[in-house]
Amino acid sequence: MNQDIYAVVESLQGQVADISYIMLAAARSLAHSSGGDVVAVLLGNGSQGLANTLAADRVIYYDNPALAYFNSDAYLKVLASLIRQNEPRAVLFGNTSIGADLASCLSARLDFPLANSCHHISAEGMLISQVCGGKIMTESVLSDKTTLITIIPGGYKPELGRSDAAPNVTQVDAPALEDLRIKLKQYIEPEAGDVDISKESILISVGRGISNQDNVEIAEELAEAFGGVVCASRPVVDQGWLPTSRMVGKSGQKVKPKLYLALGISGAPEHVEGMADSETIIAINSDPTAPIFDIAQYGVEIDLFDLIDTLIEKVAEAKGG
Amino acid sequence: MNIAAIFKMVPDLVEELEISSSGKALDMTWIRLIINELDDHALEQAILLKERSGAQVTIIAPDADGTDDVLYTAAAKGADRLVKLTGDFEEGVNNHALSRALAPVLEELHPHLVLTGVQAHNDLDGSVGPLLAEYLGMPYVGYVSGVEIDNDNCIVRKEYPGGLIAEMEVNLPAVLGIQSAEEPPRYVAVSKVRQAMKTASIEERDATELDPSGGLDVNRMFQPEVGERATMIDGDEDEIATRLLEIFREIGVL
Ligand SMILES: Cc1cc2nc3c(=O)[nH]c(=O)nc-3n(C[C@H](O)[C@H](O)[C@H](O)COP(=O)(O)OP(=O)(O)OC[C@H]3O[C@@H](n4cnc5c(N)ncnc54)[C@H](O)[C@@H]3O)c2cc1C
Ligand SMILES: Nc1ncnc2c1ncn2[C@@H]1O[C@H](COP(=O)(O)O)[C@@H](O)[C@H]1O
Repeated sequence: MNQDIYAVVESLQGQVADISYIMLAAARSLAHSSGGDVVAVLLGNGSQGLANTLAADRVIYYDNPALAYFNSDAYLKVLASLIRQNEPRAVLFGNTSIGADLASCLSARLDFPLANSCHHISAEGMLISQVCGGKIMTESVLSDKTTLITIIPGGYKPELGRSDAAPNVTQVDAPALEDLRIKLKQYIEPEAGDVDISKESILISVGRGISNQDNVEIAEELAEAFGGVVCASRPVVDQGWLPTSRMVGKSGQKVKPKLYLALGISGAPEHVEGMADSETIIAINSDPTAPIFDIAQYGVEIDLFDLIDTLIEKVAEAKGG
Repeated sequence: MNIAAIFKMVPDLVEELEISSSGKALDMTWIRLIINELDDHALEQAILLKERSGAQVTIIAPDADGTDDVLYTAAAKGADRLVKLTGDFEEGVNNHALSRALAPVLEELHPHLVLTGVQAHNDLDGSVGPLLAEYLGMPYVGYVSGVEIDNDNCIVRKEYPGGLIAEMEVNLPAVLGIQSAEEPPRYVAVSKVRQAMKTASIEERDATELDPSGGLDVNRMFQPEVGERATMIDGDEDEIATRLLEIFREIGVL
């Protein structure tokens, strides 16, 4: 085994994803303890330019038409042979639609241990993971084998993993990538909604606590009184109560309004990822232990239905008067 | 077409979670278990596929408090076979051990398609879908929110951030990690579940050996240390609303 820390860079449609920079920041922290290099692993086709912004000591770049877009079957072949051959101290992935498809498969294929949902590396070099919707943290030590780690956002600012000094890139030949069992047919772009919530300054956001579609209308009333718009957590959208364009979070939009008023939202990490940069977050939730109160500036522990009518009335009054 | 859908029971996050005296695990004494929400979507997707194109649907789950009820509920929704994996699951096992134990059961069923939730909130050592796919030698695609069967392939919708979808063709047999079913999981009347309890039977398979290698030991489990918690606003509805209006004015949204 060598002491290097690898980070498997993620990109989508020609853009490096922010999680890659966050991984590089976490990798730097691990490399301080291990004494090895931070090595970015980049896969693509004509994608070498993506290496320019990576804060890594060096970049291993695989170029192959089969790596032009994410395909777990192809990516796994490349990464399995690289990791098996070099046995770095640790390999970091995003806990994302790309990294999560890879890390568990590699753990089983290579028989290397996996630590999931790592939020940051502690000062003592421990892996601190976040589980149970943000309610529980765990602390683990790297195994004495190559340790695979998936990283969630929140622990490091992406800027820490970005650099203007283009790193040294080594291009490596990919192993044979034939007989792939997975093929991309096409990308389907999201449908544009009637409003772009990422540009709104007042967001009234509803979560599962809103209970049913009819109640979403009450939230609409509040938003109207304000001159703002309604957005939602994923379960509300999955129920079909609001369109996908209104979803905030990991799989939805990133928003940063002046006011984010969260009604009946627990504050799961996947939701927080999309709204943590709001200027002011106010949470209304009946559960005093809801993680949303850990990131909100103001909180009200109350049944939202006991408060909302009064609130609509007062806001409407203030706007009218 | 054989479709297998796998679920596991997880702590209900609405309840307060406590850490056991060892300081390394959740105290399971009072914890209420519910089906992992995304597994429920996987079950729904299996039933939708059966309704659309005909299939034999088998639901498989490790034994835990409430597993039987969820299995019978799945039968009431249209599942054909129910299989419970028995063994020493009391203290909870990690997903490496669970996936290793599930693999032979699935091999026996010869599924064309294995569906499970893309993750669970307590997946500390990775997720069941991709681990199982490797142990079975099948391809894996996760973050899936739509599945169509097309002869020897399936066409899946894989989600990326911001609502982008990749439509992918995957050779069968395959394992898919479901993010959301094409329709929200359906409800069934309690009377139908009772009916299923009388007519459906749960087959048992014993997980003889549970091998957790592949996970890391947890040194310490703790509740997040919060820097600055929200300033809580107390009072009756009127007082709270009045204070909120003051804040709205302070931050310039009113
Ligand atoms: C890969 C992946 C991607 C995801 N992407 C996203 C995403 O983009 N966006 C997203 O939001 N989620 C996403 N999720 C889901 C996320 O994990 C959570 O499940 C989800 O955010 C929870 O939504 P919620 O807070 O509305 O519901 P819950 O967690 O069920 O919380 C409901 C809250 O409402 C409160 N409540 C209930 N009734 C009342 C009442 N009457 N008054 C006041 N409060 C009440 C409860 O106390 C609870 O805190 C993703 C999950 C995965 C696995
Ligand atoms: N890809 C496969 N992997 C494992 N078993 C299969 C596969 N395809 C078919 N079978 C099994 O072969 C038999 C005939 O399948 P079929 O004709 O596809 O319905 C059934 O018992 C299936 O379970």
